[in-house]
Amino acid sequence: MKHYFQNHIFILACFFVHPAMSQPPVGDIIIRNGTVLTITKGTLADTDILVQDGKIKSIGKDIKAIKGVKEVDAHGKFVMPGIVDAHSHIGIDAVNEATHPVTPEVKVGDAIDPFDISIYRALAGGVTTSHAMHGSANAIGGQCQTMKHRYGEMDPISFVFEDAPRTVKFALGENPIRVHGEGRGVQPRTRMGVERVIRDAFEQGLIYKEKWNKYNADKLKNSQAVPPVYNERYQTMADILDGKVIIQCHSYRADEILMLLKVLNDYGVKKITFQHVNEGFKVAPELAAFGAMASVFSDWWAYKFEVYYSTAYNATILTRNGVVTSINSDSGELIRHLFHEAAKTQRYGDLSDDEALSLITINPARQLGIDHKVGSIEVGKDADIAIYSHHPLSVYSVPQLTIVDGIIRFDIENDPADMRVYIDPEEESPTYYGNEETEGCMRDTGILDVHRH
Amino acid sequence: MKHSLFTLLFSFFVLTVSGQQVEKSTFGVFALVNAKVETVTSGTIENATVVIQNGLIASVGKNVSIPAGAQIIDCKGLTIYPGMIDGGTHLGLQEIGSISVTQDYDELGELTPEMDALTAVNPNSVLIPVTRVSGVTMVIAKPSGGLFPGTAALINLHGYTPEQMFGGFKAMVINYPSSGRRSRWDRRTDEEVKKEGEKAVKKLNDTWARVKSYAEIDSATQGNAEYNPELAALVPVLNGDMKAFVEVNKESDILSALRWIKKNKIKAVLTGVAEGWRVADSIAASGIPVITGPVLSTPTRDSDRYDQAYKNAGVMLKAGVKVALRTDETENVRNLPFNAGFAATYGMGKEEALKAVTIIPAEIFGVADQVGSIESGKKANIFVSDGDPFEPATQIKYLFIDGWNVPLESRQTLLYEEFLNRAPGVKQQPLPGKS
Repeated sequence: MKHYFQNHIFILACFFVHPAMSQPPVGDIIIRNGTVLTITKGTLADTDILVQDGKIKSIGKDIKAIKGVKEVDAHGKFVMPGIVDAHSHIGIDAVNEATHPVTPEVKVGDAIDPFDISIYRALAGGVTTSHAMHGSANAIGGQCQTMKHRYGEMDPISFVFEDAPRTVKFALGENPIRVHGEGRGVQPRTRMGVERVIRDAFEQGLIYKEKWNKYNADKLKNSQAVPPVYNERYQTMADILDGKVIIQCHSYRADEILMLLKVLNDYGVKKITFQHVNEGFKVAPELAAFGAMASVFSDWWAYKFEVYYSTAYNATILTRNGVVTSINSDSGELIRHLFHEAAKTQRYGDLSDDEALSLITINPARQLGIDHKVGSIEVGKDADIAIYSHHPLSVYSVPQLTIVDGIIRFDIENDPADMRVYIDPEEESPTYYGNEETEGCMRDTGILDVHRH
Repeated sequence: MKHSLFTLLFSFFVLTVSGQQVEKSTFGVFALVNAKVETVTSGTIENATVVIQNGLIASVGKNVSIPAGAQIIDCKGLTIYPGMIDGGTHLGLQEIGSISVTQDYDELGELTPEMDALTAVNPNSVLIPVTRVSGVTMVIAKPSGGLFPGTAALINLHGYTPEQMFGGFKAMVINYPSSGRRSRWDRRTDEEVKKEGEKAVKKLNDTWARVKSYAEIDSATQGNAEYNPELAALVPVLNGDMKAFVEVNKESDILSALRWIKKNKIKAVLTGVAEGWRVADSIAASGIPVITGPVLSTPTRDSDRYDQAYKNAGVMLKAGVKVALRTDETENVRNLPFNAGFAATYGMGKEEALKAVTIIPAEIFGVADQVGSIESGKKANIFVSDGDPFEPATQIKYLFIDGWNVPLESRQTLLYEEFLNRAPGVKQQPLPGKS
């Protein structure tokens, strides 16, 4: 931890000297003699990993020590890529802009909370990257934020995953119906309405795009040409149509999944990951044929009617049908033990160790378009690494060390009880919150009984 | 005639197939041979036989005679465990979380101790087979909400009526007033939280004073006190004839509840007890047992260690508290073994964690002579697995509840079978609209 704080102070110093610094803090480290679960290139016994400038420089036996570079002994321990959570709501101040069924103009990344203790707790479970999502109140919600868990940094910008593709939340079924149809008396009140709302938004995006195309052509000939009024909502729809933004769609039922696939076919949109997608197993062949991906719960079901006909074998069925599948948390509690959630696929199905671990590493990285940087232990990738006492699919495994860009962000050997970065000076004694679920897709909508999703 | 016979056969087929959710269980004499037996109360026996007869464990051991006609099940490489018991759930009392008409655990009003959870247990809940195939054979189905929500009941996860399922134990639930916030999103001011907490304590004490005088009048009038079902329901707790589940979580509330229990001489079990680790010695000194969980939950304060909830059960155990575990779940009570696994990893140890989901809850409920371990004469509530049941990769191979051989089927396994290789699969022609 001493090392951590030294680093920390150094980084802060840099920050104050160069307030415009945009490079993420990076570190050097050598991890010795671990059982390395690379995910993409098999398991390597008694292997070293050299990290320089936050990247994995080499993987092999007996890597030469470098003066001044910290070494970590991982003998008898398991070294895997930092876990990627494709669906969470931690580290952000607001989740739902529940005022209109279509709000792709808002961005949850505008309000990153560097002090959220949930980020540290996620690190303590080996999670180095999370996808902080807009909620599911709107048929087309806001843009989400892919984040690196650089807990200890003070500047919200430090948490942004550099160059991660833009993502936008869509939501089908009960949630947008309840919030808008039932709650506000506007479309959508049914799954028919959800389709219409989405088609209308794409049409508006096309019209908007056409106006700008026309203007851009006109202005070459006519210097007096008047540009269309800029509209962030329709511009984002145009960006989705142009493949610049990956859709992340909250969905449950097979029929609504098929509906969106048809809509996307009509508009030529290819990039989509379905979130939750509890009935994805029923349309796994269609998802695979489209190239759509799926990010699911390990075992959540029956919390609402549209997930009553679910099965915990969902991840296995999707994987066996060729769908790139991940397991996500959608929860500040679950994000702490995603390795355990992935392990459940070996009870509910027959996935191999690598297949099970892919669900929380390389597969979610693919879904977020960051698989060239994270999700496996390979030379050249970001040094986002988690070390466990036992095989991470065992219930007896305890996370030991979590590294982000070569910097130790969690170390069980140096882990004081209170890891808050910011403490309210007016707080008399630490506040008791109970142990209710605190994160979820329906936060900020006023609908409490589906507080989890 | 031919036609009517066909109709009869057809309707019989429809009734038997569509009427049942899963395969029927079978009853009989079973001999589980070549098994490793984790008895829980008297160690591990290798290469042992367990005989199940008349719904009971007839015999356990290495040299056991197998009754003629017994169905022999070879358990080579497998281990026999007593069925796990979840110390607190809403199983059977809720079908779908967001649909209030399927929730039967929270009656209107602060004082409804006359409510009986067993009444509302739905034996045909789809959630029950999903749960039991994990090796959980008994749960507490508990009411919640208000100060006195009613009586909780121990149920077997098998049977077609609540009476068939009843496990022989009921307890009165008391939600001890909380002086804390309910969650991060509890928007009340500090003053409101404090005021409401004090008001609730006053209400609890007032009610208890009324129960006392009601009991005195009732006794003085030879059972002719004026009709009052609320107060009458609490008299067995006052007299020590019924245990109380006192739900309490915050440090200061736990200490306050311990004083209240002592003062009123109530036979109590503390439930929840999320901050038990802070006052473990006080709980141990009181001699009051605890049902804690979920283990897989976040710490109660931002300032707490990230793994404090995992450690809570172990800390209390080491201080000398009798600790059972619960999931406090409904549809995912199947995660009880994983909650126990985390408790084991974070201080409880495997052996004690297994006890905390078998013999310890049985003892707390006063049914340890019937369930909670593999001993001859006990009910045949057992499961057979290919390894440590706390490990996710382990598969449950056989399940017996009350001696019934229960098929390892649920809607979730049936959906797996149907959809793993769906037929028809994807259509060969492109989707409509694809250019």
